[in-house]
Amino acid sequence: MNSPDFSAACPLPISQYPHVLMAHGGGGRLMHRLLEDVFGKAFSNPLLDTRHDSAQFNVPLGRLAMTTDSYVVRPIFFPGGDIGSMAVHGTVNDLAMSGARPLYLTSAFIIEEGLPMQTLWRVVCSMRDAAKKCGVQIITGDTKVVDKGKGDGLFINTTGIGVLEHSLNIAPQNVQPGDAVIVSGDLGRHGMAIMAVREGLEFESQIESDSAAVHEPILELIKAGAEIHCLRDLTRGGLASALNEIAEAAGVKIAIEQNAVPVRADVNAACEILGLDVLHVANEGRFVAFVPAQEVESVLAILRQHEVSGNSVVIGRAIEKASPLVTVKSTLGVSRILDMPSGEQLPRIC
Amino acid sequence: MKFLDEYRDAELAQKFAQEIHRITTRPWKIMEVCGGQTHAIVKYGIDELLPKQIELIHGPGCPVCVTPLEVIDQALEIAARPGVIFTSFGDMLRVPGSTTDLLSVKAQGGDVRIIYSPLDAVKIAEQNPAKEVVFFGVGFETTAPATAMAIYQAAQKGLKNFSMLISHVLVPPAIEALMSSPNCQVQAFLAAGHVCAVMGYEEYFPLAKKYRVPIVVTGFEPLDVLHGILLTVQQLESGRAEVENQYVRAVNRAGNQSAQDLVKKVFKVVPRKWRGIGEIPQSGLGLNEAYGAFDAAPKFKLTDCCVDEPAECVAGLILQGLKKPHECPVFGTRCTPEHPFGATMVSSEGACAAYYRYRRQGANERVGAL
Repeated sequence: MNSPDFSAACPLPISQYPHVLMAHGGGGRLMHRLLEDVFGKAFSNPLLDTRHDSAQFNVPLGRLAMTTDSYVVRPIFFPGGDIGSMAVHGTVNDLAMSGARPLYLTSAFIIEEGLPMQTLWRVVCSMRDAAKKCGVQIITGDTKVVDKGKGDGLFINTTGIGVLEHSLNIAPQNVQPGDAVIVSGDLGRHGMAIMAVREGLEFESQIESDSAAVHEPILELIKAGAEIHCLRDLTRGGLASALNEIAEAAGVKIAIEQNAVPVRADVNAACEILGLDVLHVANEGRFVAFVPAQEVESVLAILRQHEVSGNSVVIGRAIEKASPLVTVKSTLGVSRILDMPSGEQLPRIC
Repeated sequence: MKFLDEYRDAELAQKFAQEIHRITTRPWKIMEVCGGQTHAIVKYGIDELLPKQIELIHGPGCPVCVTPLEVIDQALEIAARPGVIFTSFGDMLRVPGSTTDLLSVKAQGGDVRIIYSPLDAVKIAEQNPAKEVVFFGVGFETTAPATAMAIYQAAQKGLKNFSMLISHVLVPPAIEALMSSPNCQVQAFLAAGHVCAVMGYEEYFPLAKKYRVPIVVTGFEPLDVLHGILLTVQQLESGRAEVENQYVRAVNRAGNQSAQDLVKKVFKVVPRKWRGIGEIPQSGLGLNEAYGAFDAAPKFKLTDCCVDEPAECVAGLILQGLKKPHECPVFGTRCTPEHPFGATMVSSEGACAAYYRYRRQGANERVGAL
């Protein structure tokens, strides 16, 4: 994670405006300066620099993919990332899940009055760096300031547009019996990193979020002509929710093995302490891929060349067309249902 | 993971299972008392490794499940009041009272906070002198020392804005109540290891003798549970009824003396109603007179009320081991973790919730066919 050098670079005179005021969203001179000096400066690119009400751009021939997501994570800064980098990674990843090459993002900020200007600048710099690393441009945006107490510091919405440079139908409905289930790395780091910070839990080692963009290995798979049936990024609800949604959409039975699922020892320990199932815990830089059995070796070889998917492994397979069901074989070799979590994950009493 | 993976070893589990198969000659009904053990049994499929003659009965050892509906209603009433910060362990938040739950009270503006230790509630009370801070004190002997420590510290600090809604329960009286019931089918118990880590297992000797039941103090990992079952079956097959300790790495006969002393200092033994079972004499903890000022019930002038459980719910029979979750007509259809009818569906440690999560009726055959 690149940490922006925000302290030296914040272009607004901090001494004058150490916090965001209502006037920064009021349409007048202060708002103009905020847009020009903070967002305009950080995100600068030819399309944004036209300062028009809407960005105009040419579209390539073929299909486009579009997605939107809102980011409300608390705390704003967490080990391994922040709301800004996450707002880029999450939307880039959603585009990547249809095999799209991400092109453009929008960014809409809802800022609570009183947010330290340094905090905003730090988030904006983090977004800038993440977008640059992902090869996407932020081409239009919006800023609103809400009264103190009517927001929670900062919310960000990003919408993304990408182009599909393939003719595959990458979708949950396309999962076939016999497909291998590949997970792109160890699970549960984002959820446990956030929970540890939010709840003031101290473990021996700091768990860092896995927040990252995963489009590069996927675009390489597509370039190599891999037959991908389905991709799904593992966010809230974790692997369990993703597999259940896919089983339902495809009308298949999916079976995975607990022993095959990669989980780091510190994440595993934190889950044990809190009584959480790591298969239900959120991730921000992990995806699951369904590919035909004969493609497994070549797909794994490509995924493992990239740091973000370097620990990709097969964890199970789609068994047959049947009523939707996901099962997991326990470490003792007995299979059970893997259900979606009922609601928010709540630590057990004992 | 160190000290964990060793107790989940598949080969060793198979060896335990084979030995249990080898020595079992007759049907036996064994109750695991604790919800944590139920969870491990269903999650790892331990019961499927056992001979058909051995039936595991899931006991009443889930603190969330046995907290009476009226106490939950009282919690909801306090939490909804302005000027109150209501603190609780996480899994009480989803438990429905008669009309709503703590998550909904929070959504409507109540200041409801999840904490991981009762001592955090004391800290919150210190930091918010203008607010009334209430902790929902539930659980077995396992959590009682931490609850007692919170009360003790609050008293030492002279906090006037801290209190507890208490529904602490005790395991041995529940075992006694189960064994003295004429319907009781339980022939042996796996006692809850964590409870015994605090209390020791001296209390179980009179019970084993009086009711002629083997009681084996058992841990929570798959190998612990299998080893506990093996020791139990060895006793049953040889006609013994003794107290044994499988969980030697955490439990000794006398338990944790300083924890017990603190509990005795702050609490007294009182009759307590268990959800789904009814009142059991001498089965709960209430505050001693010296600490009575920290009791939220009189402080908030709560009135005792009696609330009826939904008539279709068989949670009481399940907690007594007389029915299995899937034998309930509403299990998995109208009664689900999102819309629980009764005690055993509400907590992740409840028997119904564990069955729902890991093996819904009908689906299980398909799971088994893999």
